[in-house]
Amino acid sequence: MNLTLKIWRQKDANTQGKIVDYPISEVSPDMSFLEMLDVLNEQLISKGEEPVEFDHDCREGICGTCSLQINGEPHGPDRGVTTCQLHMRMFKDGDTIFIEPFRANAFPVIKDLIVDRSSFDRIQQAGGFISVNTSGNTIDANSIPVNKHDADKSFDAATCIGCGACVAACKNASAMLFTSAKVSQFALLPQGQVEATDRVMNMVRQMDLEGFGNCTNTGACEIECPKGISLENIARMNREYLKASTK
Amino acid sequence: MSGILNSSIARKVAMALSAIFLLIFLLQHFLINFTSVISENLFNELSHFMGTNILIQAVMQPVLIFAVVFHFVMGFILEAKNKSARKIKYVSYNGGANSSWMSRNMIYSGLVILAFLVLHFIDFWIPEMNYKYIQFNPEDPTRYYGELVHKFESPLRVGAYVVSFALLSLHLLHGFQSSFQSVGCNGKYTPALKAFGKYFAILIPLGFIFIALFHHFNH
Ligand code: HEM
Ligand code: SF4
Ligand code: FES
Repeated sequence: MNLTLKIWRQKDANTQGKIVDYPISEVSPDMSFLEMLDVLNEQLISKGEEPVEFDHDCREGICGTCSLQINGEPHGPDRGVTTCQLHMRMFKDGDTIFIEPFRANAFPVIKDLIVDRSSFDRIQQAGGFISVNTSGNTIDANSIPVNKHDADKSFDAATCIGCGACVAACKNASAMLFTSAKVSQFALLPQGQVEATDRVMNMVRQMDLEGFGNCTNTGACEIECPKGISLENIARMNREYLKASTK
Repeated sequence: MSGILNSSIARKVAMALSAIFLLIFLLQHFLINFTSVISENLFNELSHFMGTNILIQAVMQPVLIFAVVFHFVMGFILEAKNKSARKIKYVSYNGGANSSWMSRNMIYSGLVILAFLVLHFIDFWIPEMNYKYIQFNPEDPTRYYGELVHKFESPLRVGAYVVSFALLSLHLLHGFQSSFQSVGCNGKYTPALKAFGKYFAILIPLGFIFIALFHHFNH
């Protein structure tokens, strides 16, 4: 396949960026999207140019590090996959592909396609945990019975890999899907009840402080989420928040 | 409640509550207007009741005005906040791939409804207030039907009416189910609620359009 890549290049956080065109030829449909970018970077390096910086780590859809807005969609046109799991067979010979960083004030660009998603870490640190006694008297988690239905829903919420596609997809750059998954995974378990009030209040406060937008229920996040995190989690977080507000 | 309307979720819930109130008002308004198609007397009776009942006039009317104003002011605030949460825009943004047109353009459908409401205010509410509370005209319980029919004589006004209600339909196609999600209702009843919302969003505005066309062509 022969393609034209239109890639966002930006030297550093304080420099203005722009779209640069890169023609690329002999792309195999079996390559992953990141492998295609590896090939491009090898060509750039051999020509003595700066390679395109992009985030990646596990390359098997579990770490949430890879990002990229591809033709106007986070992780590209495929569903239920991260960019590392996206294959070039989703594109046609002759296609033009826009590749941009995830955009949100709360995700500032560091360089080229790499954005700083530490705002997610700070939301998580504000309450996305349970406190346990680790002094040697730790109670086995399995000693507290949990009904299967709740355990399954909690597990589903816990599969969020913190990739940020929900924010990137949302027209409001809202982080509600991510935050609600991190609230829900504990809200559904007895272990999460002790700190439930503080958790949701603090995490939502941090989410707002980071400058993410308001949710307007467009549902774009749910469609683009590689892990199929459901909007039900946002409704649950709203209930948790209302409950906590009255305390 | 700590810091009312200071948090994104509180704003979202307040927005939804004002919207749910407007949904109920809209249904009530439709049911009364629809009687004009069936019986002149019934329509006059109901309008007379609404126009003179102290609870409706002194309590519900101010609540309605507050809800409408709150809803659109909050709508503007949220839109401005949300726009500014992504200062650097995408060069290529494919919103249609993952969300409906209606959900992305609530502010535009809302603006058309607002324009209509301003018109409706000048057209109906101000003359009504003038008639009742400034000129102190004696109440004539049979005047309402004639006034309504008169309103729908002008094809221009009927045209504006049709366009506004078409946009109200688009507003509600997203808004109805969205308001339930906002207040935290999403579970096993959601598919049924969404289906009901679709019927509501299409049939109620269509009903208003029908009433306008009915009187336009029948008198
Ligand atoms: C009878 C008139 C109206 C009705 C029945 C109505 C109904 C609704 C409903 C049900 C929602 C969904 C709320 C939610 O998602 O929680 C909504 C949202 C919205 N409405 Fe209206 N609306 C009306 C008039 C207006 C007007 C005049 C504007 C003026 C600009 C407006 C602007 C908006 C906006 C921007 C939203 C999205 C806000 C958000 O989801 O956060 N609406 N409306
Ligand atoms: S909710 Fe989905 S899209 Fe958002 S960060 Fe988690 S895995 Fe990524
Ligand atoms: S690189 Fe780990 S999810 Fe894509």
